[in-house]
Amino acid sequence: MSSMETQAPARRANKRASAILKAVVSFVVIVGTTYLGLLAVTFFIGRIVPIDPVLAIVGDRAPAHVVERTRIEMGFNLPYYQQFYLYVKGVLSGDFGTSVLTTNPVMDDIRRVFPATMELATVGTVIGAAFGIPLGVLAAVKRGSLADQIVRIIGLIGYSVPIFWLGLLALLVFYARLGWTAGPGRIDVVFEYTFTPITGFFLLDAILNRDWAAFKDIFAHIILPASLLGYFSLAYISRMTRSFMLNELSQEYIVAARAKGLSETRIIWGHALRNAAVPLVTVIALSYAGLLEGSVLTETVFAWPGLGLYITNSLQNADMNAVLGGTIIIGSVFIGINLLSDLLYRMLDPRTRIR
Amino acid sequence: MMLGKINGQFRLLLAGAALSAMVVAAPALAVTPADTLVQAWAIDDTITLDPAESFELSPAEFLGNAYDMLVRLDIDDTTKVRPGVAESWTVSDDGLTYTFKLKPGLKFASGNPITAKDVAWSFERVVKLDKSPAFILTQFGLTKDNVTEKAKAADDTTFVFTVDKSYAPSFVLNCLTATVGAVMDSKLVLEHVAPVTPTDDYKFDNDFGNGWLKTGYAGSGPFKIRDWRANEILVLERNDNYYGDKPALARVIYRHVKESATQRLMLEAGDIDVARNLEPGDLEAVSKNAELATTSAPKGTVYYISLNQKNPNLAKPEVRQALKYLVDYDAIGATLIKGIGEIRQTYQAKGVLGALDSNPFTFDVAKAKELLEKAGLKDGFSVTMDVRNTQPVTGIAESFQQTVGQAGVKVEIIPGDGKQTLTKYRARNHDMYIGQWGMDYWDPNSNAETFTSNPNNADDGTVKTLAWRNAWDVPELTEKTKAALLERDNDKRAAMYKELQQAALDTSPFVLIFQQTEVAGLRGNVKNYKLGPNFDSNFVAPVTKD
Repeated sequence: MSSMETQAPARRANKRASAILKAVVSFVVIVGTTYLGLLAVTFFIGRIVPIDPVLAIVGDRAPAHVVERTRIEMGFNLPYYQQFYLYVKGVLSGDFGTSVLTTNPVMDDIRRVFPATMELATVGTVIGAAFGIPLGVLAAVKRGSLADQIVRIIGLIGYSVPIFWLGLLALLVFYARLGWTAGPGRIDVVFEYTFTPITGFFLLDAILNRDWAAFKDIFAHIILPASLLGYFSLAYISRMTRSFMLNELSQEYIVAARAKGLSETRIIWGHALRNAAVPLVTVIALSYAGLLEGSVLTETVFAWPGLGLYITNSLQNADMNAVLGGTIIIGSVFIGINLLSDLLYRMLDPRTRIR
Repeated sequence: MMLGKINGQFRLLLAGAALSAMVVAAPALAVTPADTLVQAWAIDDTITLDPAESFELSPAEFLGNAYDMLVRLDIDDTTKVRPGVAESWTVSDDGLTYTFKLKPGLKFASGNPITAKDVAWSFERVVKLDKSPAFILTQFGLTKDNVTEKAKAADDTTFVFTVDKSYAPSFVLNCLTATVGAVMDSKLVLEHVAPVTPTDDYKFDNDFGNGWLKTGYAGSGPFKIRDWRANEILVLERNDNYYGDKPALARVIYRHVKESATQRLMLEAGDIDVARNLEPGDLEAVSKNAELATTSAPKGTVYYISLNQKNPNLAKPEVRQALKYLVDYDAIGATLIKGIGEIRQTYQAKGVLGALDSNPFTFDVAKAKELLEKAGLKDGFSVTMDVRNTQPVTGIAESFQQTVGQAGVKVEIIPGDGKQTLTKYRARNHDMYIGQWGMDYWDPNSNAETFTSNPNNADDGTVKTLAWRNAWDVPELTEKTKAALLERDNDKRAAMYKELQQAALDTSPFVLIFQQTEVAGLRGNVKNYKLGPNFDSNFVAPVTKD
C-alpha cells in the first residue's frame, strides 16, 4: 500500500519528464528544420537573382582579370551545392562570412546595426502598448460612443497612411517647423568625439556613461521615429484590445462580478483585462517582432542606421552573406519571440501549463 | 526597386506635407560646431579606404582630401597638373623616363618623413595587390616582376618612373593624379601587414596592409581620416603635419543620408552645412531660400543610350543616326536634368583635354523617318531597353520611348535594379541600354578607350569596353585611340581626340545625352566651398565658416 503511494508520484514525475523531453526534442527539430529551410531558400534565391555578385565588390570599371580572380576568391566559380555546403559549414562554426559592402564580418555588422533597430522597436512598442491598450479598453467599454469612433479613426489612419509620408510630415512639423525634436540620425555629430557606445543601445549607454547631455540628445532623436512606429503598433494593439475586451465583457463571470457589487474599475482592469491580457501578449509580441525586422522606410527617412536599411542595401548589391546573416537574425528573433510569448502565456494562463 | 519608386513620389508628397505645415511657426535654428563642416551625402558606395583598391565616387573624395599624390589636377585649368608631393619633374628625350624631385622636409600625418622610397613602395604595393584601379599604373608597362626597377627611388628626394612606350607626357601625369597614385606612409603600413598564404594568383606572403587600410589611414593630405563606419559616418580631421596651407576647419564630417527630401530638411534646420544629393525639386527650393546657397560643377560623368550591334536593326548605320535625332534634348535639359546636368552629345566631358564641344543633333522626327526609310524600316521596328529604377534615367527612358514612337519605333522598357541591368549589359544580352560612364582618371584616353576602342569583339574578349559591350567592332578607331596615347605634342594629341569624337557622332551606337553636374546646397555661412571636376578634386581644405 505504502509502496503504491510512493510509486504513483514517481510515475507522474516520469511521465511529466518525458512529456517535457518530447516537447524539447520536437522544439529542437522544428527550429532546426526551420533554420535549414530558411538558409536554403535565401541562399538559392540569392544565387539565382540575375545580379553578378562580383560586380558589387570590384565595381563596373574593373578590368576583366580582376573580376575573374575575385570570382574565384569568393568561391562563386564552384557549383551551387558546394557553395551551400561551405556556407552552412561556416555558419555551424560561427562564421557567417564577410560583407562585401562594409568589408566587416557579417556578425560584426549586425551587432552594430541590430541594437539601433532594437532600441527603436522597443521604445516604439512601449509607446504603442502604453497608449494602445488603454485606448482599446476605452473603446470596448464605451462601445458605439463617440470615444469608440475616435479610437476607430485613429486606428484606421494608422493602418492606411504610408509610413514614409507620415515620417516626412512628422519631420517637417516637429523638427523643421516647431524644432521640438532633433532631426534624422541617432545622435548629433557634436557627440561624435565624446560619446562612446558600450552596448549599442544609445539610451542605455548614455545612462551608463552618466552623459545626460547625450541622453537628452539621443532621446530627442529617437522620440519621433519611435512615436511613429509606436503609432502603427498602437493602431493594431488598440483594435485587438477592443475586440478581446468585448469578448471578455460579455462573459458570465463579469455578470457575476457585477452581481457581487465590485466596482466597474475593478471589473474592467482587474478581471476583464487580466483575462484579455493572455492573447494580447501574443499580439504585442508579434508586433514587436515585426518592428525588429527593421522598418526599411522609417530607417530611410530618419537616416537610422538599422537592420532594415542594412539588409535592403545588401540585397540591392547582391551582398549575399549580409542578407543571409540578416535573415538568420530575423528568423531567430521570430522564433525567440514566439517562444517567449509561449512562456509568458503559460505564466499568465495556468490552463496551458504542461501537467 | 521599391525604394526607387517611392523616391519618385516623395516630391509630390512633400508638397502636400509642406502645405500642411505652413501654418506652423518657424523654430529656433540648430547650428553645427563652428570648427566643423557637416555634410550629408549618400556614402554607401564606400567599401574600402585603401587607395590601391578604392574605385568608387565617395571614397575618391575622402582619399583626395586625405592623401597626396606626386602631382595633382589643377582645378583652375583642368587640362593641366600642378605639383603635389613632387616639386618638379623632367621627362627624358626618349619619353621613357620621368624624374620627380620631391619637396624637401615633408612629413606624413604620422610624423614619418616622406621619401622617394615611400613613393616607390606605394607603386609596388598597387601593382602587386593588383586590385580594380591598378591598371591605371600597370598600363605603363609595370608588372609584378619589374615594378621595383621601373618605379624606383634614386635617392631620398628623387623618384624615377620608367614607362614602356613614349607616351604623351600629359597622359602619364594625368594618370598619376588618380587616387591610386597616393603616396603611402610605408613605415606605418608595414607595421600593419597581415600574413597571407601565397597562391597561384597571389604570390606574396603578406597583404601589404590591405586589410588594415580598408578602414585605416596612412597619408599626408590636408586632412586625415579619423573614423569610418559604413553607411553611417566618415570623419576627417585636420592634419597638423600638412606642408601646405592648413585647413581653416578642424574637421569635416560626412553623414550618410540618402534621401534628398531629408537632406533638404536638415539643411534648412541647420543640422548640416552641406547637402550633396539634392534632386531638382529640392534644389530649386534651396536656391530660393535666402539663408542657403547652391554651388555646382560639371563632372566627368556622361549619360548615354547605347545600341547593341548584335541586334540587326540597331546595327544599321542609318538607324543609329536616326535614333540620335529622336531624343528631345531641349525638353530633357529643361526638366529632367535641370540643374543636375547639361546636354552633351560628345563622349568627352567638358574641361578635359581635347573635348569636342559640339551638339549637332536636334529632335527632328522628319529627318529620322527619312533615315529609317533608307534603312528599309519605313514602318519602324520593335526593340527592348533595359532601364534601372532611378532618376533621371527612368524619366529620360520614358521620354525617349515617347519620342521614338513618333517615328514608328516601339520601345519596350524593361525596368530593373541597377546591378541587375548592369549584369545583363556586361553580358551583351540587351538591345538598348541607358547608362552612365564616369572617367577612370582625368585624361581623354579614359573615355576614348571605352567608347571608341574594342581590341577583340569576340564574346570571350577580355577588354570589355563600352564598344565591346555593344558589339561595335571598330579596328580603325581602336588603332587611332592607341596612336593618340603616343602623341607627345599636346595640341596634336587634343586634335586626335576631337577626330575620334567626331567619328563617334557620325557612326557610333552611342546616343550621348548629357554630362552630369554635381550640385550641393550650402548654409549661407559656408564660404569657399568649391566642387572640382572629379570627386578626388572636391577639396574641402579651403572651406571656412563665418
